[in-house]
Order: sequence, then structure tokens, then C-alpha cells
Amino acid sequence: MFKRSLLSSLALAVSLSATAFIAKADGEQYFPLQSYRVGPYAAGGTGFFGGFIDYLKYVNANGGVNGVKLTWSECETEYVVEKGVECYERLKNGLNGAPAAATNPLSVGIAYATLDRSTADKLPLITINHGRTDSTDGSVFPYAFPLQLNPYSEVSAIINYIGQQSGGLDKLSGKKIVTLYHGSPYGKETNEVLQALADKYGFSLTLLEVPHPGNEQQSQWLNIRRAKPDWVILRGWGVMNPVALKSAQKVGFPADRIIGNIWSNSEEDAAPAGAAAKGFISITTHPSGTTFPVTQGIKKDVIDAGHGDLADPKRFGTVYYNLGVVNGILNVEAVRLAQEKYGHKPLTGEQVRWGFEHLKLDDARLKELGALGLVQPLQLSCSDHEGGGAVRFQQWDGEKWNLISDWVQADRALLRPIIEASAQKYAKEKGITPRDCSQAS
Amino acid sequence: MDFFFEVLIGGLLAGVMYALVAIGFVLIYKASGVFNFAQGAMVLFSALTFVSLLERGLPFWLAFVLTLAAMVLLALAVERVVLRPLVNRSPITLFMATLGLSYMIEGFAQALWGAQVHGLELGISDEPLAVGGMLLSSFDLFAAATAALLVLVLSLLFSKTRIGLSLRAVADDPVAALAVGIRLQRIWAVVWAVAGFVGLVAGLLWGARLGVQFSLSLIVLKALPVLIIGGFTSISGAIVGGLIIGASEKLAEVYLGPFVGGGIENWFPYVLALLFLLVRPAGLFGERAIERV
Amino acid sequence: MLYNEAGQFSTRYAQDRRVFRLRQDRHALLALLLFAFVAVPYLGNDYWFSAILIPFLVLSLAGLGLNLLTGYAGQLSLGSAAFMAVGAFATYNFELRVPGLPLLLSLALGGVCAALTALLFGLPSLRIKGFYLLVSTLAAQFFVQWALTKFSWFSNDSASGVISAPPLQLMGVDFSSPAGRYLFTLGVVVVLFWLGKNLVRSELGRNWMAVRDMDTAAAVIGIPLLKTKLLAFAISGFFLGIAGALWAFTYLGTVEPHGFDLNRSFQVLFIIIIGGLGSLLGNFLGAAFIVLFPILLSNLAGLLPAGLIDAGQVENLQKMVFGALIILFLIKEPEGLARLWQRFRERARRWPLRY
Repeated sequence: MFKRSLLSSLALAVSLSATAFIAKADGEQYFPLQSYRVGPYAAGGTGFFGGFIDYLKYVNANGGVNGVKLTWSECETEYVVEKGVECYERLKNGLNGAPAAATNPLSVGIAYATLDRSTADKLPLITINHGRTDSTDGSVFPYAFPLQLNPYSEVSAIINYIGQQSGGLDKLSGKKIVTLYHGSPYGKETNEVLQALADKYGFSLTLLEVPHPGNEQQSQWLNIRRAKPDWVILRGWGVMNPVALKSAQKVGFPADRIIGNIWSNSEEDAAPAGAAAKGFISITTHPSGTTFPVTQGIKKDVIDAGHGDLADPKRFGTVYYNLGVVNGILNVEAVRLAQEKYGHKPLTGEQVRWGFEHLKLDDARLKELGALGLVQPLQLSCSDHEGGGAVRFQQWDGEKWNLISDWVQADRALLRPIIEASAQKYAKEKGITPRDCSQAS
Repeated sequence: MDFFFEVLIGGLLAGVMYALVAIGFVLIYKASGVFNFAQGAMVLFSALTFVSLLERGLPFWLAFVLTLAAMVLLALAVERVVLRPLVNRSPITLFMATLGLSYMIEGFAQALWGAQVHGLELGISDEPLAVGGMLLSSFDLFAAATAALLVLVLSLLFSKTRIGLSLRAVADDPVAALAVGIRLQRIWAVVWAVAGFVGLVAGLLWGARLGVQFSLSLIVLKALPVLIIGGFTSISGAIVGGLIIGASEKLAEVYLGPFVGGGIENWFPYVLALLFLLVRPAGLFGERAIERV
Repeated sequence: MLYNEAGQFSTRYAQDRRVFRLRQDRHALLALLLFAFVAVPYLGNDYWFSAILIPFLVLSLAGLGLNLLTGYAGQLSLGSAAFMAVGAFATYNFELRVPGLPLLLSLALGGVCAALTALLFGLPSLRIKGFYLLVSTLAAQFFVQWALTKFSWFSNDSASGVISAPPLQLMGVDFSSPAGRYLFTLGVVVVLFWLGKNLVRSELGRNWMAVRDMDTAAAVIGIPLLKTKLLAFAISGFFLGIAGALWAFTYLGTVEPHGFDLNRSFQVLFIIIIGGLGSLLGNFLGAAFIVLFPILLSNLAGLLPAGLIDAGQVENLQKMVFGALIILFLIKEPEGLARLWQRFRERARRWPLRY
């Protein structure tokens, strides 16, 4: 029984090793891409990885990183955890001699499953805008980077925005907020923090769950209508978002009182709801649009040259695409920074990790990159693997997103103790001795 | 009390949407004894084809006709490639074959039209309608009317046309139908095509509601308990089952949900269907099987 | 004439009843086990262990669990993933809440919890059958997933509901390395397959097959339907529960309820369809196919010049080929890969002489 499978595996191994001799890619820096282009979450995957790949191509078209060209290969995960793990194991050793810099699965499940492996393999795990909140604490999670925004910062920023709109955080007292969340670990993750914030500011909070995948929400919205809240926070994913907007319209709840979270903020979330989405507000860590110098550069050097990755060129400059670009910028900047320390050559994951941990993007550097306004100012450290924690708010006008606020900062000082406590608990469970961040170089 | 009725009516109208999908199952099960799990994939395929054609600038009616043609082709292919070689196999085998079929259709639909999310507007605004202090969804009312029309058309087809008569003959007794000269294969192709048409209608209505995307194929799961309660062989059963499921799941979510933490809509219909089964093992309108050794 | 079976006479009843009556079979099995336990850990690399061999073994075990229920006892089920989830979460909680409990014992207890759950959802099988029974197992599928997400006690109140596996230690030996995890999984799987083989040869196994072939007739000849069907559910649940725990602990190292969704149930069902209903060997063949085929296809696509086919289309293609293969198997070889292997053996023993 075994023999047969081993025989076929042998054949596979031969075919695998055959690929290794096709091209030698010494002197290049490799990005393993666990992408997903089919299945229920394909809309996010094609946009994100399209933007990421286009940015890498753009960097290559302009001479690479200090002369080191970037290379990558894709492995389809379909957003399925075990496929992601297989892809991780297959790609982690680099491609034809080019070492892997970091993994970017863009999937909470895959990130969780590869967390231990990343640490063991010394390969940074980048979970931009998502991931384990407590991996913000770099002393316990040296190789995990929830860049820009972790889930706790996300809700904190939303509450701060609601406070701003009501004329100050002290005015929150007595307000009614309903959170409609996806019935999954992702959806539930922030419930405790929301409750803590509700206790602190004195607003009343109602948590309503929408079962996966979320194509039926009538009862939830009838409940909302009965509760007559001031705001609804939508913590959706995929099909749940347009259905939420349509159901809101059905019960007559105004769309401009609904605030979408970080996974309810793309064109794909709002557009299918048609007219019902008009006025819908969501947070974003980066504006959509094509006017930034860096996206213009991508258009000129990559897309107009016919090398763009998007199957549908209309999606250039959308939220997911720009997130991919932002992710590309952060990855490449980390590599560039690490090269200053370790030399202008392809680096190992461990070296790139140093780059991530010392990443510092201020307005001046962002301007050089042509990404001022696209990427938020960011500074990472040994103890802080998130760096930013700010979001802007945007509103859907029926066609596209328009920014309606400046950067709104999360109350990170308030969240930090919760995050540290959770990280300590994890360290204890796993038998990890946290690094001493005052000693880290 | 107003609120109760609002939930109830909302649930009943949602139930009609479930019934739309369930009817497709019933048609095929009746005529060929196949429990067609691929119905959801067919809904996805038809909606995706329709919306992609629409986006390529075709007028509504032409896109509709072309999609219908595609569904008929699909039905012919299914009859030829899947059903004919599997004739006289056990129902379980046929069911598993439709699992494979649904994989094929899903892969094909996405390979052909891509995996983006499409919006679909049927030109019915979904402004809430105030009736006697209650808010009703005009879109749901439209969907209900469509479903009623569909059932009317189907029953006319079954009772007034020659094809319909042979369909009923086959459903009643395939062997006897063969003996009097009805061509079984053709009937199967026809019934799959009709199911494709029902799938198209369901796909349009559901697509307008959810956006046309992959998760359309998941609505099968909503239709299963409907079938169980209504029985596999009765169209009116599918409607009644849909109404029961729709109303009870919404009421349960609103009134029972808060006690257990909400989000019970996914499994509640199944548990309800299970309870029904324990009382009536063949559903409300199903035919009781007689077993002989 | 690859090998000669002639001249092996049974002189005692015990000899006649042994699992592998032929000397060649016994030797082959021994060689295979030696190879798997001794040679593979030296030959394999991390990729092979973590990405191919471990999921292959775990899925084989899950296939066995469902095969006992569907292939032997004839009860259709789409709730396999739910029972796997129960096994995984129960094992996790036993490890967490009962300090000092040996890993193997908590694994077994996890299996027992899954068995009890399966028993509960198997109760309706006494009254309903066929597709109607599917609904009962689907209810299990959705209910279990909901309950595990809803009540954070199951995941030790972790905010995200994701559990991470405790260190794999057995009698002081650490099994955390990829090769160690492989050996651990292999050990459990071999023991359970041995158990399964003996089960289907026992009176219970024969009763299952009688119920599968026609339960009314089975009842008439005096087989207690209630006991037989419920035992099928419980034992199948036990195997699936252990498979789920292994999936979480030795393969992924973490698990969230969503990882055991309906697609996993379908996957296990496909394993037994492709491998062969009512065959133990079929579970291995089916699992090998399910694990290797997608990897093979995506590797082949990687060989093509870049840009010819994009990754998404490969996946779509894979889906279509998969569906087509399932239909093809049902049409051409309803008994699956196991039957093909059997036929190959029939030929091999006569080769090169035919009669």
C-alpha cells in the first residue's frame, strides 16, 4: 500500500528536482507567494497578489534593490489552511538558490498554521492588517509581523472615529453601537476589546453574529432595526458584506451609519450591493486610487509595458490592489534596510527579519518612494511589530471610495497591556522565553 | 406584535427563495431518481454566465436566451456523459456522481468567467415598503411573485403538454414508461434542462441579492432541509417546506438566538428537519417507500 | 510467475483464518512496515514529512473511519469533519485540563468523545435512511462547528478561537521534529488499521455488511439493527476523532473550527470513493491520490514557462479534472483504486503465463 504511494512520490521527487536545474537564480532575492486566485475569497487574493507582484516587477524594472533582483513564484492555496502549509513547506527553501525573504499568506488560518514553522525556520511571517493580535509583541513572536494594523487597533480606531463624529470621546456615553460580526474566529476576535471599550466609554454594545458565509442576515437586521443603534460596526468577510448592506437597505437602516472594518472595505464588498452601498463608510489603512507617484510608476513600467498581473485591468488602484502594493513596499523596504547591515546581496529570512524589526518610514522616506499618503508613517521595534495603528475613513459614493477623514490613531497605549498579557499566556503555554527587548540590537 | 409579524413575513419570503432552489432538486429527483447535488453549481454557472454576458454589453433578453441555451447544452452533456453510463446504479452512486459534477461545473464556470464578484441589478429597487406599520421588502415580494409564476408555468408544463405527461409517466414508473414507448434519455435531458432553467431563475434572484460570486453554490445547503421537510418528490412540498424553514429559522434566530448566543441559522433548519423526519420519515409530502425482502 | 503461492497448506483452522494467509503477503507487509518505520525517516526530508506523508497518513485514517460507516455498514455520512473536530478539540482539552495525562490516553479519550457525538447523531439512522440520513449528519456538521466557535471554553478562551497544539511528548521522548511527528502518526495509524482490519473480519463487520446490502433482510435473519448501526456510527466516530486530533496536533500544529468544514467531509468522502468503498487498502490509495494529485498538478504547471497558465487556472483545471475523475471512477470502476490494484495482482501472479 505504502509502496505505491512512495513510488509515485519518487516520480514526483524526480520531477521536482528536474525543475531545480532549469534556471539558476543566484544573486536574487526570493518571495514565496502563497496566493489564492480561485475559490470563495479569490477577489481578495487576485487583487492583493496582483498589486504585490506588480510592485516587485516595478522594483525589478528599476534595477532591483541595490542591484539585487527580486524573484517569486506562486503556489495556489485557495485560502485552505493545509494547502497553505504545503505551499509554505514547498517554497520556504527558496527558489533555485535564491533565498526566501518573508512569507505573506494573507490568510489568518494559514498564518496561524505556519507561525511555529516560521519561527523554527527563521522566516518572517508578514500578516499585514490581520493576524494574531498578540504577535504585535515581538519579544514573544520574533518572526511574526502584523504590520500597520492589528485587529485590536482596528476597533479602537473605529471607536475613536465614532467619538470624533459625536464631538469627543466623552460624548460616547449613552450611545448605542451594534457590532455585526462574521461567525468565525476572525469575527469574534475583537468582541472582548469592544466590550472593554464599551465599559470604558459608557456606550451600550450589542454583539450580533452572522453565521458563515453570511448570505442570510434578515433576522439580524430586524434586530438592529428594533434596537435603533447610532452606529453599526460591520466585521464582515466576503459575501457577508454586500448582503449586510442590502439587508440594511431592506430594513431602512442608513448606510452612512454603518462602518466597515478592514475586510469590509474593498470595492468587491461594496459594489455588488449596488445602490444600497451608497454612503457606506469603512476604514482603510491606505487609500485606493492611482494618483500616487508609485502607482503611476507601476502603470508606466509594468502595466503599460504589458506585464501587469491583473486579469482585469479595471481593478488597478482598487483597495486590495493597493494593499498589495503597500505590502510590496514594506517588504522591499525591509530587505533594503537589512542590506544596509548585511551587504548588498540576497539575504536570509533571519537577516530580513532584522530589516522588518528596524523598519522606519517617515514622511520624507515615503515621499522618496512616491507613496506619501498611500502608506502610513510606520516605525517598528523589537517590542512593537505593528508599527502604525492608524486608519483613514472612506465612503462609497456608488462608484468608488472617497476619503472622508485624516489618519485616526488607535489608542495603542490602552491596548498594549491586553496584548502583552495575551502574549505572555502564549509564551507560557508554549514554553517560550521572551526576548529581552532592551538588549536587542 | 408588529415585530413578530415582520420577522414572520420576512422569513416566509426568504423561504420562497429557498424553495426556488429546492424545486430544481425535486424536478430531477422525480424524473431520474438522482439527488442532484450539482444544482447549486448550476445556479452559480447560470448566474455567472448571465452576468458576464450582460457585462459584455448584451441586452437583457439576449443574455437570458444565451444562458438558457448554455443550460440546455449542459443538460444534454450531463445526460450523455453522466446519466446514461450510470443507468441502473444505486442512488448513492448517482449522488456521488453529482458531487463530481458540481466540482466540474464550478471549476468550469470559474475558468471561463473568472472569480471576480459581480453586481447584478434586475431593476427592482429594494426600498422597504410600509404596509400597516410593517416594513416589507419589495424585492422579496417580487421574488415571491416570480416563484409563484414559475410554479404555475411548471404545473402547466406538467399537466398540459405531451412532454409533461411523459415526465409524469416516467416519474411514476420508469419501466412502464419505457414499455409504452417513452424515450427515457430524452426525458432526462428535458428535465435537466428545465432544472437548468429553474436554476437560472434562482441564480438571477439570488445573484441580485448576494452579488454573483462563488458562494452562490453554497445555497444548496439551504435547500436541503427544505427538501427533507417537503419530501423529495413534490413541488408543492418544496414550497411548503421552504416557507416552514424560512419562517422558523428567522423566528428562532430572533427569539431563541439570544439565549444561546445567536448565529444558529446554519444548523437550526437541519435540526428542525431532523425532528420532522423522526415523525414522518419521508417528509410531509413524500411517498412512503415500501420495502420487500 | 513473479511468485508462487502453491504449496502453502493450512493445517490448522487458526492458520486458515489469519489475516494474511500467504507467506508472500506477510513478508511484503513486514518489509513495508520496516521500510516505513526505519528507512523513510532516514530518506525523507522535512518537506516530505510535513507536507505529504503526515497528511497522507492522517487522511488514510479518516478514510478508514468513514469507510467503516459508509463502505461497510452502508450509512451515508457527510459529518466526518465534525467528528474530526470533536476529536481534535476534545484531545486538546484533555491535555490542557488534566495535567499529566499521557498523550496517547488523551488521544484515545478524544476519540471516545467523537464516538459519543457520532452516536448521538447516528440515532436517527434507526428510523431514516439514505439521503434523509445525510441531513442528520449535516446537522452534526453545522452544529458542531457552531458550538466549537460559539463556546470559547473549547478553545481555552483564546480570543481568536484557534487552538495551538501542546508539545508532542511521549514517555519523555520528544516527537516535535518533522520526522518524529511522522513516526508518531505512523505508529497510531498502523495500530488503528490493525484494529480496523480485525473489526471488519469479526462478527460485527459481517453484520455491518449484511445491513449495508439490505437492512430489512438483515433484520429478518436476526441481526440487531439498532446495535449494529449505532456501533458503526460510534466506531467510525472514534477513528475519525483520532484522525482529527492527529490532523491538528501532528500535521498543522494548530486548528480552528473552520478547518473542519463541510469541504473536509467531502474530501474524506472522495477518498473512499476513489480508493474503494469497503476496502482497507483503498483508504491509503485514495488518500495518496487526494494528497498527491493536486501537488503533482501544480508542480507540473510550475514546469511550464511562466505566464502560460496562471495559478488560478491550474486550480480550476484541477477542480474539473477532479470532478471528472470521480465520475469516471463511478462509471468505470465503482470499487475504486483498490479494485484496480487487485486486478493488477491477479495479473501479476499469472505473468507471464496465461491460461
